[in-house]
Amino acid sequence: MFHWLARQRYLMDYTLAAMWRRKWRNLVLLVVFTLVVFLLASVSFFGSAVRFEAKRALKFAPEVMVQNLVLGRHALAPADWVDKLKGIRGTRNVRGRLWGYFYDQGNGANYTVMVADGSDPSLAVAPGEVIVGAGVARVREVEKLRNLLLLRPDGKLFKLRAKRILSDDSALLTHDLVLLSEADFREFFNLPRDAGFTDIALEVRNRREVATIANKISQRLPNARVVTREDILRTYENVFSWREGVLQAMLAASLAAFAIFAFDKASGLSAEERREIGILKALGWDTSDILAMKLWEGALLALFAFLIGAVAAYAHVFLFQAGVLAPVLKGWAVLYPQAPLTPQIDRLQLVTLAMLTIVPFIAATLVPVWKAAITDPEVVMR
Amino acid sequence: MIFDPPIMALLLLATLTMVAVLAAAPFAAYLLRHWNLESGHARQIRLERGTHLVSTVWMLIMLLQVPALALFVHNADRMAVLFTGAMCAVGTLNVNQWGMPAFLSQVAVFFGALAWLLMNTADNLGKDYPFIRHKYGLLLALAPVVVTAGVMEWLYFLNLDPNVITSCCSRLFTPEGSGVQADISTFPAKPTLIALFGALSALLVLAGLVWGVGGGAGKRVAAVYGLLGALFFPLAIVAIISVISPYVYETPNHHCPFCILKPQYGFIGYALYAPLFFGSGLALGVFVLGILPMPESVRAALPERLRRWTAASALLLALFGLAAFYAIWRSHLVMFH
Repeated sequence: MFHWLARQRYLMDYTLAAMWRRKWRNLVLLVVFTLVVFLLASVSFFGSAVRFEAKRALKFAPEVMVQNLVLGRHALAPADWVDKLKGIRGTRNVRGRLWGYFYDQGNGANYTVMVADGSDPSLAVAPGEVIVGAGVARVREVEKLRNLLLLRPDGKLFKLRAKRILSDDSALLTHDLVLLSEADFREFFNLPRDAGFTDIALEVRNRREVATIANKISQRLPNARVVTREDILRTYENVFSWREGVLQAMLAASLAAFAIFAFDKASGLSAEERREIGILKALGWDTSDILAMKLWEGALLALFAFLIGAVAAYAHVFLFQAGVLAPVLKGWAVLYPQAPLTPQIDRLQLVTLAMLTIVPFIAATLVPVWKAAITDPEVVMR
Repeated sequence: MIFDPPIMALLLLATLTMVAVLAAAPFAAYLLRHWNLESGHARQIRLERGTHLVSTVWMLIMLLQVPALALFVHNADRMAVLFTGAMCAVGTLNVNQWGMPAFLSQVAVFFGALAWLLMNTADNLGKDYPFIRHKYGLLLALAPVVVTAGVMEWLYFLNLDPNVITSCCSRLFTPEGSGVQADISTFPAKPTLIALFGALSALLVLAGLVWGVGGGAGKRVAAVYGLLGALFFPLAIVAIISVISPYVYETPNHHCPFCILKPQYGFIGYALYAPLFFGSGLALGVFVLGILPMPESVRAALPERLRRWTAASALLLALFGLAAFYAIWRSHLVMFH
């Protein structure tokens, strides 16, 4: 074992010295490889960070949401549904929710207008008051004016006193939020009392029974759409994995290009390199020794490129908010939340990344390396 | 669903492996037919040169099977959130009919790979390619398994349909169910544990013998150890399903061998499986080398290697035993008195 380790150490020693002698060529390879790793790693880190944020945000989502469908489209849920749902055994905390979107013609932004549900006293809103998210506060200068003036959809002016501006910590969820009291909400959207709710949220006493309860609801209310938190989570996971995967598949083209580049570099041995191999063989090196040395060369290069690329990608995503990639993976909007991403990397990602980058590189260089290793000393030294 | 990074990595690996196998198999057949070390024919020189490439490629490919298997399982576990009804890797693997065959053939490739790597190392010990025919024979024998594993993996990932409602592990590994896995979960706790730890003690004694005796006699004992060590693997799996998992979950009805890999159980599954897989894989390699006749050129070096590999294998299996013992000891579940 120690003998084997010592042999590898000497080989590595020699390889590093040999690489240093051809530093410019190796540097070019290193830079290109690092760039490829950096791109792939950025996508991967960013994807998992966004998935993590979405998962964290969904912790606070209701377990089950029931929506009314009319003509196959989302419509207001009748108010008597709340009582019908309360009648299903196992449900609790059934509440109608009122929320909608409002397009502000002044600045082209969309707000999410919602009625505070009253479970959290710090978010309670009395008629005439409003709580706004940080993004809304910024574009409407709420901090300075202490008021929020909105043009109702029917054209009348609506003035609300700003009670509180939500902090940036919750930006991913509350950036475009406008919280109203129920009376103001109905007046603002001109919604009569008996019109019902946007949707109905409820919790399930036993988490394992969520699917059963969802089934019961769709039996009792056949035209309702039942969405569970699990469904949303699954969709998010799918959508983000898919976006990440598509982006990586496109980047795979760059990986393939790099593999060809590496193959080319490895096949075009310089005369000097050939002579070096010839001398080594004449000195008693075996074909397998030369192969091991050349493999070490590739492994060291791959290792450096992987480390530098991964660290740079980490910095890009978590320190610089993934400036290059964010629009593709996140989507965009006028009022986009500036949420800092929580550093979030798992082993699976790193292993995946290593496999996606290092394996093609080694595979591309193996045959040329072998070709170099089997050359006869007398052929090259003649 | 193949546009998922870990899936792409796995498919890349599976494809490269298949390409390597399909390229190496004709060479292996040619070599088995024409190899003659005495000859100075150009063909022999070509073969000797070619074997360097094929050996290196295979060594790398076989080494990669280790992280590939880990990634496959870990990824299956991670994807459980994507499928209705799946709670761990079992549910994901049961989404279509290819999942379980893909997994099992991957496990087979893993063991074949370890055995092949040991044989390759033994072959490199002598200057006259002492095991070259066996090495390429094993390569040819492994080729269909490797191709099957690759094809299964492709079929599995291509046919992943998120709309399928799959079965959870608690439905499969339950005494009330049908099938092999259900039968295994009915094994009584006490006799299974006695068999497990009894076999482990016997293996440790054998390994001690191999270490003490050495030489030609040691080789024969090593072969016995290797056979028993390889057979220990199914016994250990049975024990994990029937006894150890319920101890980990602290509920007598949950027998899943995959859920123990989850973080909420402190990743104890990795502490169990990693030493078990490597320990019995090494034993399999020792068995194969132990029953082959010993070539003259490695008479000095190989017995020493066999001794060390046996010791390493026994150490790993002992680690598995310790992990199993720890899981049972710290559990609050009482399955027998």
